[in-house]
Amino acid sequence: MLVVGLLALVLAFAAPTIRRYAGSATGWILAAFPAGVFVWLCVLTPDIGAGEPWRFSQEWVPGLGIALSFHIDGLGLLFGMLISGIGALVLVYAQGYLGEHKDLGRFYTTLLLFMISMLGVVWADNIVSLFVFWELTSVTSYLLIGFDHHRDTARKSALQALLVTGIGGLALLAGLILMAIATGSMELSEIAARSDLLLEHPLLTPALLLVLLGAMTKSAQFPFHFWLPGAMEAPTPVSAYLHSSTMVKAGVYLLARMQPTLGDADLWTPLVGTVGAVTMVVGAWLAMRQVYLKLLLAYSTVSALGGMVMLIGFGGELGAKAAATFILAHALYKGALFLVAGSIDHAAHEKDVRKLSGLGRLMPLTAVGAMVAGLSMSGFMPLFGFISKELLLEAALETPAWAGLFGAASVIGAVGMVVVAIAVGVRPFMGSWKETPRKPHEGGPTLWLGPTILAALSLLFGVAPSLVQKVLLSPAASAIYGVPMEVKLSLWHGLTPALGLSVLAIAVGVGVFLMRPGFIRLTSLSDRVGAYGPARWYTWVFDGMNEIARVQTRVLQSGYLRAYLFIMIVTTVGLTGWMMLSSGALAAPTELTPVQLHEAGLLALVLLGALLAVRSKSSLGAVAALGVVGYGVALIYVLFGAPDLAMTQFAIETLTVVLFVFVFYHLPKFRILTSVLARTRDALVAISAGMLMAALVIMAVSQRPLHEPISAYFAEHSVSKGYGRNVVNVILVDFRSIDTLGEIVVLAVAGVGVYALLRLREPREGGSS
Amino acid sequence: MEVLLAILIGGLYASGLYLMMRRSIVKLIVGLAILGHAANLLVFTAAGLTRAQAPLVAPGEDAPPPLHADPLPQALVLTAIVISFAVLAFTMVLFKRAYQTVGEDDLDQMKATDT
Amino acid sequence: MKGFVVSLILRTAATYMLPLLLLFSVFLLLGGHNEPGGGFVGGLTAASAFILYGLAFDVERAKVMLRVNLIRLVGVGLGLAALSGFFQILMGDPYLTSAWVTIPLPGLGELKLGTPLLFDIGVYLVVLSVSLIITMTLAEQ
Repeated sequence: MLVVGLLALVLAFAAPTIRRYAGSATGWILAAFPAGVFVWLCVLTPDIGAGEPWRFSQEWVPGLGIALSFHIDGLGLLFGMLISGIGALVLVYAQGYLGEHKDLGRFYTTLLLFMISMLGVVWADNIVSLFVFWELTSVTSYLLIGFDHHRDTARKSALQALLVTGIGGLALLAGLILMAIATGSMELSEIAARSDLLLEHPLLTPALLLVLLGAMTKSAQFPFHFWLPGAMEAPTPVSAYLHSSTMVKAGVYLLARMQPTLGDADLWTPLVGTVGAVTMVVGAWLAMRQVYLKLLLAYSTVSALGGMVMLIGFGGELGAKAAATFILAHALYKGALFLVAGSIDHAAHEKDVRKLSGLGRLMPLTAVGAMVAGLSMSGFMPLFGFISKELLLEAALETPAWAGLFGAASVIGAVGMVVVAIAVGVRPFMGSWKETPRKPHEGGPTLWLGPTILAALSLLFGVAPSLVQKVLLSPAASAIYGVPMEVKLSLWHGLTPALGLSVLAIAVGVGVFLMRPGFIRLTSLSDRVGAYGPARWYTWVFDGMNEIARVQTRVLQSGYLRAYLFIMIVTTVGLTGWMMLSSGALAAPTELTPVQLHEAGLLALVLLGALLAVRSKSSLGAVAALGVVGYGVALIYVLFGAPDLAMTQFAIETLTVVLFVFVFYHLPKFRILTSVLARTRDALVAISAGMLMAALVIMAVSQRPLHEPISAYFAEHSVSKGYGRNVVNVILVDFRSIDTLGEIVVLAVAGVGVYALLRLREPREGGSS
Repeated sequence: MEVLLAILIGGLYASGLYLMMRRSIVKLIVGLAILGHAANLLVFTAAGLTRAQAPLVAPGEDAPPPLHADPLPQALVLTAIVISFAVLAFTMVLFKRAYQTVGEDDLDQMKATDT
Repeated sequence: MKGFVVSLILRTAATYMLPLLLLFSVFLLLGGHNEPGGGFVGGLTAASAFILYGLAFDVERAKVMLRVNLIRLVGVGLGLAALSGFFQILMGDPYLTSAWVTIPLPGLGELKLGTPLLFDIGVYLVVLSVSLIITMTLAEQ
């Protein structure tokens, strides 16, 4: 497994090279990887269907319970098939769509990396692995949205998506950790098994809210939905892949994964169900008012994600069944429609649906795919979308509370779907051809293959739902529900209320579509309200943080060394001093070694030297005073049993004085540059720092060390292991020689730096220095 | 004795920091040197003082005499002395180059000229 | 160092001090394992020997006495110190583990040679050359 993962990574990074040699076959070659994964998942299907998840675990940081562990159950299987299957189609499609783009290789690399991370998300069992892959999908989607990085809007949208999902990711991490604390396990499967521990734990509500926040940002739930339309800056294959079928569904996946664990919490259904329903309505409302291909699809995706979240919020057998079906149906028709939208734009260079018509005859294969997908999305009869919409409405009507509200929300959502489906999937292909910037024509197989395959599956699963219900949907629904269950789908349910609502939704949807110009004008008020919506809040927070950073930089990073020092000293003295006083660690000074008069005199001399250096009027005076300090310190070393130090200090001090004389010999006397007030202030600050350090020394010598000193070992083994009688030297060249090596490297760097600064002058502009 | 040394270390820190907060670069460099001494003495003192018993093993013995100075801080300080010399030298050279270019000892002037 | 008046006594003394100081520095280096001393002090002493000579005469003359390229000497020193740790890797020990050989000297007892000595010589060379680079480049300005 690890090897396969690494090979996949190698493949991802080799994509630019492959492209150089394979040219237009690159997409096909790279698609072999997801296709292989897809086939492998098909092979696993019987086991998983029998309730035996595939498992893999590799220790990572065993001490912290962090492992690289994966397990593929029904839910992982469903998502894994969507990711790999649609991934393969998208890789092929990208070859046709971006074939001539100079950075196609880079595109493939990021897309493959995204694919790997996404598979990691839906298969990860360990919460840390899950989080890592989760964030990797955010990062790779950032790179993909910002693929055309020379465009300002692409960069901004990418950053927006990254920030929103990244913040959600952090919330998710916190929530997952709380869950791990409550249950004592880092593995999702274990946590689910111990959900009763979690449900009684006081951390339940914070954990639930944090996980929900993570899912809401990732799956573009209201009020975090605004980043998804922005993400349409990405090339169309990316939108098709990330923003319809995979990444945005990571939040849905997460909630589905959490349903067995958190689903019994009191807050779950009201909170998750409401969030989903609100998002579905808001998304549908906004979607009906768009005129650009990809924006229509983006907002309808927001709406659909809301529907899935709502269903997971309902929970229960029906909710799980409806959610699993909806996830599959939506991926099939929305993926197809995104690809179609890309093909239209690619062929006609026109994004505005009002100006598109009559493409059917010019792009027949695309048209067939688009229409089937569009009808499936609207919920027409023999298609898979119909089945999923029936289930959605049925589940909404069967909720114990507020069935009416949820039902109404679902109908509005369905109306939105119908409008978008007609606008994107049907209308552009009908009627006669209108002038477009470019005469459209059918692209190569790379462009029509994806949409037609996906649309064919929509039809196939609709006519024969038994193809997927046993192998794919039952295990997935069981994983969501937490208990093994059987999914039975049928095209005809009889004359149920859900069917009535379904028909109503189609009728209203068609009506709205026919009166769309008027509808958009009538509802223009909502634009003005929308201007103060979440997207604006994001801008406020974003600008506010930038402003805070600017102010803080201006205040703290003034460019004056003394200001930095001032801030650092005051902070250190304040915090450390406060800790010392409040913790009572400040012991009364004790004399451990009796005072001897000559030593006291020496100390006084050193202190006097330091004060002279401070008071000195000329550079040379300061240097002389510094010499007094240096030689005095060397004498202190002599008195307290450190001959090596003393010798080194004497030698260094001599060199230092020589250097100082070389450099400062010609300098004029000091000028007084600062006011008395400033000097007094600095003196007070410096003295307080000095007092703090003195207090620290007294504390250090009067308290027992935290750890037994390791010096005893060195002293004891100096002769036996180091063959040297000077313990200090043995430490330097033997016991701790790697430290010394580092130190002489520093020394060498300083020496070379000095040489470079003085000897090697950079030639100035215009020649010699 | 420890208290006296603590006072000396505090005094060295205070002088060094005060000098570093001046506008003159020469004072900055002198302050840096004093700060180095203060830090070395701090490490040296904090590990405990012993008079006149160097961590040396007498010929023929296996271990140093029972009451000897702690060798570890000495090893630390020894390299610190040499390194602070190198850093000091580097600072001086930087100063010299800057002084040659700007002709000014005032840090604030240097900030303005941005060279 | 133009501008300094250098006395004859200093020049005479420096001429004789140079070899003495160098000899002393080598003594410090080699004896450092058992008595106070070692590569750091030794290197500094050797450097001060050349600096004294340079002060008494001039930097150019001191450089001629030195005969080697100082920058290269830094590299030699660093390389020696770094390489001294590699012997034991071959034996499966961690980097920089010391290795010793004892050579019996008839009549004089025995001589112990080990990789820490090589390491200390590296330290000596780096300290010597860096100190000289700093002072000499500054003095030449």
